[in-house]
Amino acid sequence: MIEVANLTKRYAGHTAVTDVSFTVGRGEIVGLLGPNGAGKSTILRILSCFMPATSGTVRVAGLDVFTQADEVRRRIGYMPENNPLHKEMRVREYLKFRARLKGLSRPRSRERADVVMQQCALTEVSHRIIAHLSKGYQQRVGLADALVHEPELILLDEPTQGLDPNQIRAVRQLVKDLGKSHTILLSSHILPEVEMTCTRVLILHHGRILAADTPENLQKDQDEAGQVVAEIAAPREELRLAWEHTPEIQRHDMAAAEGNYLRCTLTPRPGVDLRPHIHKLATERGWPLRELTRTRLTLEDIFVRVTHAGREEEP
Amino acid sequence: MQTYLTLVRRELGSHFVSWTGYVVLAGVLFLLGLSTASLLQEMNAQENDMPLMEQFLDTYYFWLVLLLATPILTMRTFALEKFSGTFETLMTAPVGDLEVVLAKFSGAMVLHVLIWVPLFGQMLLFRHYGNDPTVADTGTAASTFLGIVLLGMLYMSMGCLASALTRNLNTAAMIAFALGVSVFVLSYLTFGTSLQPGWRTELYSHISIIEHMRDFARGVVDTRALVFYLSATAVFLFLTLKTVESRRWR
Repeated sequence: MIEVANLTKRYAGHTAVTDVSFTVGRGEIVGLLGPNGAGKSTILRILSCFMPATSGTVRVAGLDVFTQADEVRRRIGYMPENNPLHKEMRVREYLKFRARLKGLSRPRSRERADVVMQQCALTEVSHRIIAHLSKGYQQRVGLADALVHEPELILLDEPTQGLDPNQIRAVRQLVKDLGKSHTILLSSHILPEVEMTCTRVLILHHGRILAADTPENLQKDQDEAGQVVAEIAAPREELRLAWEHTPEIQRHDMAAAEGNYLRCTLTPRPGVDLRPHIHKLATERGWPLRELTRTRLTLEDIFVRVTHAGREEEP
Repeated sequence: MQTYLTLVRRELGSHFVSWTGYVVLAGVLFLLGLSTASLLQEMNAQENDMPLMEQFLDTYYFWLVLLLATPILTMRTFALEKFSGTFETLMTAPVGDLEVVLAKFSGAMVLHVLIWVPLFGQMLLFRHYGNDPTVADTGTAASTFLGIVLLGMLYMSMGCLASALTRNLNTAAMIAFALGVSVFVLSYLTFGTSLQPGWRTELYSHISIIEHMRDFARGVVDTRALVFYLSATAVFLFLTLKTVESRRWR
């Protein structure tokens, strides 16, 4: 559905995207994951034909986004960052206007507006002025606009930005449902969001793709690298010796916690699950164990790891 | 064509859903009312045989409306879309840049024509109560209106360019106002040089919008003026189009 080859975009003075190549197959939900300024919006803007690339080729459904922009735009539903809308219009009126703008006939645009309003649960607010709606509803209006001309590909730039947790959940569910019938490329800087909705993730940093994998594999990577936190009531010195004699532990930190407990943060060697070891140790010695958790890596940690790995590979 | 009409409708809608359309209409009505009052005063004070519309131009209310209303009508065209981000949703829909520019311009033009309709009310008023039916005959009315439309085209295209240059409404209005005032003030050059013949006089008379408007108000439709307005409008619309396209090569 999308073929991007050696895409580079330079703005006056700086390069936003450097030599990016990736493909997205029909029916996939792919997440572009990266911190602010990584080049996510730039890639989406080029895909949506808003601006051209400096070099490289970008094809959507086999059509070039620069030379066949009109055809491409007909096949794409794009929701830009911050979801800009004509807020003085009413929901149904806006969707009909957008449908007409995208070339649908009058009866067809009426029909499609009603369908997408149903799809995005907007029917009960169809006659409200967009500015008076909550942000969650406005976001759904933006999504409905992206869908109204039945595009094959949907591009969403930060679709859950600025929403409250309930609204985020609703929008994610909607994206997931849409994924059953559409190809979706969305950008986000929130890892769990991408994990939950996407079938594949591209990690972007400083305008380069550092990793492309399924969320499961990224998750596995994380689990292997995750630290284990244990709160144990034991003499500090004995505990220290115990950690040092466990070969699976790479590093350990201890801090006094509430009561007589010590809070230990343990970094295992790669591929080792420390939790059974700790449990065994505690039961053998008769030390009370009140907490045993594996911390998940934050997005930041993954970036640090991936960018670090990237640097090692370079020379 | 469908997208063009859809966009024009949306342009008009945006003026009448928000306050701008009504405020401008009300402001113009107020100024036209004032001009009617001052015209009456003048006519009662002394007799003259100038056509009504020419007298109206001499009250300067016409120029006040033109200079003040056009920046307000055009400032939103592009600047507001850029500011609110809807420019991106607009330009990623399957529409051409030229279509967008022409639609925005046409929307502004429709409004411009609308705000001048009350002027006919003024004409009818004078015709009805005046003893001389020739003060405002159909011919001069038509040529005056043609002049208003042509002048409007020039000012609206300048306003569209100003709005395309920036994402700030105030800046857009100020650029449009500065351009408009400059063109207006340029007309005064003719008054200084009209005595000495030469290429300067020739040039100034070509660009003097005051002189052009006076001709139109007398019922004279000069093709030179026609060509001037149409070509100047085309130039400003072309510049607007290039400004809109500039996002592609920036």
